[in-house]
Amino acid sequence: MTNGAATLGTRVAEGGTSLLLRGVKKAFADVKAVDGVDLEVLRGECFGLLGPNGAGKTTTIEICEGLTEPDAGTVELLGLNWRANAGELRQRIGIQLQETQFPDKLTVEETLRLFRSFFKRGISVDESIETAQLEEKRGARVGGLSGGQKQRLAMATALVGDPELLFLDEPTTGLDPQARRHLWDLVDELKHAGRTIILTTHYMDEAERLCDRVAIMDHGKVIALGTPNELIASIGGEDIVEFAVVESIDSPVPKAGSPPHGPGPVRWDPGPGAPVAHGRVDEAILLGIPGVKSHRVDAGLHQLAVSETHTVVPRIFTALTEHGLHLSEFRTHSATLEDVFVRLTGRNLRDE
Amino acid sequence: MNKLELSSLYQLTMVRFRLFLREPEAIFWIFIFPILLAVGLGIAFRNRPADVLQVGATTAQLTQALTADKGLTAVTVDEAMGTHQLATGQILLLAIQRPDGVVYKYDDTNPDARTARLVADRAVQAAEGRRDAVRADNDLVHETGARYIDFVVPGLLGMNLMGSAMWGLGFSIVEARQKKLLKRMVASPMPKWQYLASFLLSRLAMLLIEVAAFLTFTRLVFGVPFRGSLLELGLLCLMTSLAFSGLGLLVASRAKTMEAVSGLMNLVMLPMWILSGIFFSASRFPKLIQPVVQALPLTAAIDAIRGNMLQGTSLAQQPAPVAILLVWMVVPFAVSLWIFKWR
Repeated sequence: MTNGAATLGTRVAEGGTSLLLRGVKKAFADVKAVDGVDLEVLRGECFGLLGPNGAGKTTTIEICEGLTEPDAGTVELLGLNWRANAGELRQRIGIQLQETQFPDKLTVEETLRLFRSFFKRGISVDESIETAQLEEKRGARVGGLSGGQKQRLAMATALVGDPELLFLDEPTTGLDPQARRHLWDLVDELKHAGRTIILTTHYMDEAERLCDRVAIMDHGKVIALGTPNELIASIGGEDIVEFAVVESIDSPVPKAGSPPHGPGPVRWDPGPGAPVAHGRVDEAILLGIPGVKSHRVDAGLHQLAVSETHTVVPRIFTALTEHGLHLSEFRTHSATLEDVFVRLTGRNLRDE
Repeated sequence: MNKLELSSLYQLTMVRFRLFLREPEAIFWIFIFPILLAVGLGIAFRNRPADVLQVGATTAQLTQALTADKGLTAVTVDEAMGTHQLATGQILLLAIQRPDGVVYKYDDTNPDARTARLVADRAVQAAEGRRDAVRADNDLVHETGARYIDFVVPGLLGMNLMGSAMWGLGFSIVEARQKKLLKRMVASPMPKWQYLASFLLSRLAMLLIEVAAFLTFTRLVFGVPFRGSLLELGLLCLMTSLAFSGLGLLVASRAKTMEAVSGLMNLVMLPMWILSGIFFSASRFPKLIQPVVQALPLTAAIDAIRGNMLQGTSLAQQPAPVAILLVWMVVPFAVSLWIFKWR
């Protein structure tokens, strides 16, 4: 799935293209923030740019928004480009930026009235307040809003111009779980209203929940592209098994007095100078088990991508016991976009 | 929604008003503070009988001779004590009796001490029998327009116009940049010129209130004169405010944080607070730096306002300060529009 552009080709004809990037590059000093990105977003699609912090998502989306000039490549929105049609494009797109702070001392309604006045056509201020579910806060000052309400206000300022293309840069970063879900519902509504949405996020669950298609970015490049299901299927297993083992049969016991290892399963920590920290497992043994698709180790934690978990798990137990290894930790979960990222980069998203 | 409310320039300008009026501190500094300052200075420098100068003398005889003059009060001290009192400012001059005459010990850079020297010598010589060669009488005047309060009101007006324009533009713009609001604004279809124009429009409306309130107050309470054309005075205030708005914009055109813009703002304003003749005449500074002093926008503004209010000079009669103000109205604006950063 590293070259997802191929799967894209079949769909282009259906709805027409809202956004097209070809060979887009941007460097800041000697850092290649965006390093040759090709993307095509279809009309009516909710498209996610997913990746860790510093992957180049924000630079990419700001290039699309006409806020950053790319060093190379072409950018086309709604068949127009920033060089020739900036004025028209500004009228036809809606933008929500990361960490905009609207003036604390204006009310919600005043802020929206201001932004509405910039657009030649669009929805009424009342409609935008209703869409963002801020009716109760209409007369309240922005400074008194919660994080979620502020974010919905930012969304409303992006919607007042009734945009054909909506850009949301990390819309839920820093929000509590309830506010996040609230905002997801709002994005859902916008999707169902047929708007084209491009959003960036470093939350895997958010991308899975909201996006029709996702481009995973890392180090300024798109490393995978497709629907969340396609991407998850692409790593070759439907479930992920994670376990840790200790080699010795004799003493897989936590040392007396050592503090528990946070919530969840307790890991045995032999301390400095102990013979073996974590048990070694011959990769060939694991890959030899029918149903195991891949194996990697991350900080002593083995991760297997498996199909048919119910038959594979007993075989794993058996194989480990045969080799004198004891489990100190064991869990399984369905593969997520997070696992896709881990497979492609060998790193966790949250490591960044 | 009517047509006016749909106009982005109207909305932007209204936002400026709202933000200003919802900031009580700003209202204090712009409307109340200058009036308080005028009151304070008016009280401190109110007209009163000429000061009686404190002097010291080393002999009782000298003290008696000095006290004979209405302008002096004298104490008898020994030389060491007198020197100490001189150093601590308790007396302005010490008259020391020497075998061959009298020595006056005083600081000749202090105008009061120089006066004390003249008065003391007159008293000592008179006590020894000197008579005036020419008869002289005094005809005292306390004319409106020549008092300190009359001098300082145009200075305070100029200072206030500078402060409100520079803080008003500079701070608001950098705050918007720091909060990424500027970036959000240019990401919308807002015409950029309207953003800056809204600052100027709201500034002009505020200017009207601010100048009218201050001048009405000083007129009613201190009877400060308005000898020149009020229309031209208004025009001068407008030019001054625009010149400092341009300077405020220039200071704010790149600064990313409030700390940075505060520093720059003080860097620009401090020399003018000192050099531009707010509290005393700018002509007191050495000839060498006069070209610089005169070229400062605040010096030009205060000179022209003083000319208008106190001497009734028309704009045509003072082309130099008017030309300097015009240059300051154009150049900083042009430069800042050129280097301005929206993000």
